[in-house]
Amino acid sequence: MLVSIYRYNPEKDDAPYMQDYEIELPAGKDLMVLDVLNLLKAQDPSISYRRSCREGVCGSDGMNMSGKNGLACITPVSEAVKKGKLVLRPLPGLPVVRDLVVDMGQFYKQYEKIRPFLINDAPAPAIERLQSPEEREKLDGLYECILCACCSTACPSFWWNPDKFVGPSGLLQAYRFLADSRDTATQERLSDLDDPFSVFRCHGIMNCVNVCPKGLNPTKAIGNIRTMLLQRAT
Amino acid sequence: MVTQITSFGRSGLYDWMMQRVSAVVLSLYTVFIIGYLLLNPDLTYDQWSALFEATWMRIFSLMVLLSIGMHSWIGLWSISTDYIKATGARFFFQSLCGLVMFVYIVWGVQVLWGL
Repeated sequence: MLVSIYRYNPEKDDAPYMQDYEIELPAGKDLMVLDVLNLLKAQDPSISYRRSCREGVCGSDGMNMSGKNGLACITPVSEAVKKGKLVLRPLPGLPVVRDLVVDMGQFYKQYEKIRPFLINDAPAPAIERLQSPEEREKLDGLYECILCACCSTACPSFWWNPDKFVGPSGLLQAYRFLADSRDTATQERLSDLDDPFSVFRCHGIMNCVNVCPKGLNPTKAIGNIRTMLLQRAT
Repeated sequence: MVTQITSFGRSGLYDWMMQRVSAVVLSLYTVFIIGYLLLNPDLTYDQWSALFEATWMRIFSLMVLLSIGMHSWIGLWSISTDYIKATGARFFFQSLCGLVMFVYIVWGVQVLWGL
């Protein structure tokens, strides 16, 4: 099988280029893209990429596989190959550090901006802050995000304004805390989001939903934030 | 919170709501005009001009004209902040859009009200 990989080493290369590799895959087995990368790394140790848990939990190996963002460790080669060729590129829109490794700084800055922690001004109870099963249920589909950045780097609004638009991942997390019955900073959180960029630069094209390796729905969360802002202001 | 002084209402929520409200007005008008033309295949000049002379139609048309201005301002402002990164060029484009929309509204009022 032919694998084409985006190569760029800022210490040696003037510009990024695509390098082709030919690889024999074991018959009768559908490997994951990460397995293929590991085999290639044995062939050419200079290929750089991030990986850790190799089971879709850590979110390290987010990359663009034949045009679609996803986690290399849980994407079967059969799904990623287009016309007999596997094309691997770094996540789009973020600065490339080397080969498939991107600088996630801007992505984390947006995550930090939404204050991704519980804020509660009431004195802490002796044991824990209780939630009813119904209240807890509201966090399903929100807390599972692993911050792999597949969604935000698939979003044109994030490509054009990564410093102003929070992006689907950050907004999913913003709603995770807005929806939490134990959080008391709802009003401040909403005020921080009520500008023309943070939330409203989302035009609902749902690229984020299309690529999320955990099957989450940031567009729906963004819709819920809009509804909360609207309810507060009308 | 991102501060912006060139957006329509300066609040994201306000701009978003106005864009949706104006979109509803624009679609109602489009459906009405298409329906009117389909229901009156032998439309005469007198009939057409009587329609636009009616007060309710003038209100409806003015509402549409203002909606076009608002809707296109919010849309083009979004496009300019996405694609034009140089501040000077962006401000020039936004000013030009503002001017064109103002001209269209004044000119449109003149045409529709036969002033």
